[in-house]
Amino acid sequence: MESPGFIHCRNLFRSFGEKAVLRGVNLTVEQGETMVILGGSGTGKSVLLKHMNGLIDPDSGDVFVDGLEISHLGEDELREVRKKVAMVFQGSALFDSLTVAENVAYPLYEHAALSLDGLRDRVEEVLSLVDMEGDGGLYPAEISGGMKKRAALARALALSPRCLLYDEPTTGLDPVMTQRINRLIRDVQRKLGVTSVVVTHDIESAFAVADRLAFLQEGQIRFVGTREETKATSDLALHEFLHGV
Amino acid sequence: MEELAHRWSFRGLQPVMLIGELLGGIGLLVYEVLRCIRRRWEGSLIMAQMEHIGVRSLSIVILTAVFTGMVLALQMGSYLSRFGARPYVGRILALTMLRELGPVLTGLVIAGRVGSGITAELGSMNVTEQIDAMRSMGINPVQKLVFPRMVALMVMLPLLTVLADFVGVLGGLFTSVLELNVSGSFFLRSIIQFMRFGDLFSGLGKSFFFAFSIAMIACYNGLQAEGGADGVGRATTKTVVMSSITILVSDFFLTKLFLLL
Ligand SMILES: Nc1ncnc2c1ncn2[C@@H]1O[C@H](COP(=O)(O)OP(=O)(O)OP(=O)(O)O)[C@@H](O)[C@H]1O
Ligand SMILES: [Mg+2]
Repeated sequence: MESPGFIHCRNLFRSFGEKAVLRGVNLTVEQGETMVILGGSGTGKSVLLKHMNGLIDPDSGDVFVDGLEISHLGEDELREVRKKVAMVFQGSALFDSLTVAENVAYPLYEHAALSLDGLRDRVEEVLSLVDMEGDGGLYPAEISGGMKKRAALARALALSPRCLLYDEPTTGLDPVMTQRINRLIRDVQRKLGVTSVVVTHDIESAFAVADRLAFLQEGQIRFVGTREETKATSDLALHEFLHGV
Repeated sequence: MEELAHRWSFRGLQPVMLIGELLGGIGLLVYEVLRCIRRRWEGSLIMAQMEHIGVRSLSIVILTAVFTGMVLALQMGSYLSRFGARPYVGRILALTMLRELGPVLTGLVIAGRVGSGITAELGSMNVTEQIDAMRSMGINPVQKLVFPRMVALMVMLPLLTVLADFVGVLGGLFTSVLELNVSGSFFLRSIIQFMRFGDLFSGLGKSFFFAFSIAMIACYNGLQAEGGADGVGRATTKTVVMSSITILVSDFFLTKLFLLL
């Protein structure tokens, strides 16, 4: 079946126990665009994002990635999808038994047929993208929260994925670093044509990186539109979310 | 009234459902682990786990076995003397160690020391989303985490059991010679003449099964742990309780089985 966009969620429902988190989410992310998902805390943004690489299966509804319906696939069949779609986790999720450099090397070692030198070069390359050239030898326990965020970003970039899912990439970073990460997200998208989905609370960086924005509330996407459309919205809830009144 | 009945029947069914869920979950994990046999075996991961699981458990296993052997000889010696059966102490002790206490005690010690460690490690990886991160890279956590631990346990536990058998008998020899005035060479000769390979193998068969059970229970509880440090703590306790019960109960049935063979 033909599906529009690179990622297409159709009528997603997902509950945890009694709690209905997603209640009919429809969302299409076009090839090569940056889609920002806004929404209050606990509205299910992370849950929605995890549907897009099959980490969570919906109770009902479909998720298409690059034309393939993934919600019924098993772990092994998802392998190929996940090589294309990398994720930056909200809590970084670095392997704490490995150094930063080993963390970045891990997906490369598993999936890319690189020599040891090639591996080292690639690790240096992505670490320098996030300003962490000299920090490869440190363990996650030894670096700050912001550095963990950047290391996690480097790890996601390592395999040059076609699509990146960012779960709050700039929360907890200082303004300068926030700017840098925003620019990085833009750069990756422009230069490599990467499709990006960014979940964030941070309105400023949302507008800095977005081609389009979506607003998740009460388990549904209430609004989708470009930056201009979002700024000019007449939707009360979204207006309140953006301006705090 | 109807509501009451409904609630009661629900309560009554809940433990059954929980056990069903547990067995189902572990069954699924077993299936996934068995599928890994046909994939790439990662020697370095397995070796690291063997070191972690086996080598670092040596001292506690030896300590347990030595003192068990010593106390057994002491108890049996004083009791057997009443029948004038003191010369049998070596043979009875060896039989008890090889067939029963070696595998069971080593299993229990390893369940407590290694099983809990596995659950804590995988559990904290799970609550910090490291397992999800692995999956998100297209890397199978069962293959990378569960399989090496299972193989390492299934190799190391039988080896540790053999060691425990040996050391336990030595402990018994020590007390027999010092306390019971049984000659050392007679003690050993009587054991060697009397024991059959079947006795050793029945103990080893048990320890294979125990190793597999501990690995599956520990990994399952770890991968299921949620809710932060608190959840990891509860999962760890659950592993120790569940694997100890499994060892003690299955030991009975395995003994029955091996006696039939
Ligand atoms: N594995 C899970 N088990 C049970 N409930 C869950 C699980 N994952 C998420 N939830 C519930 O789903 C809801 C949405 O969670 P989610 O993490 O997606 O929120 P969020 O929008 O990302 O919030 P935040 O901005 O704070 O990260 C929460 O109320 C949470 O309790
Ligand atoms: Mg979240």
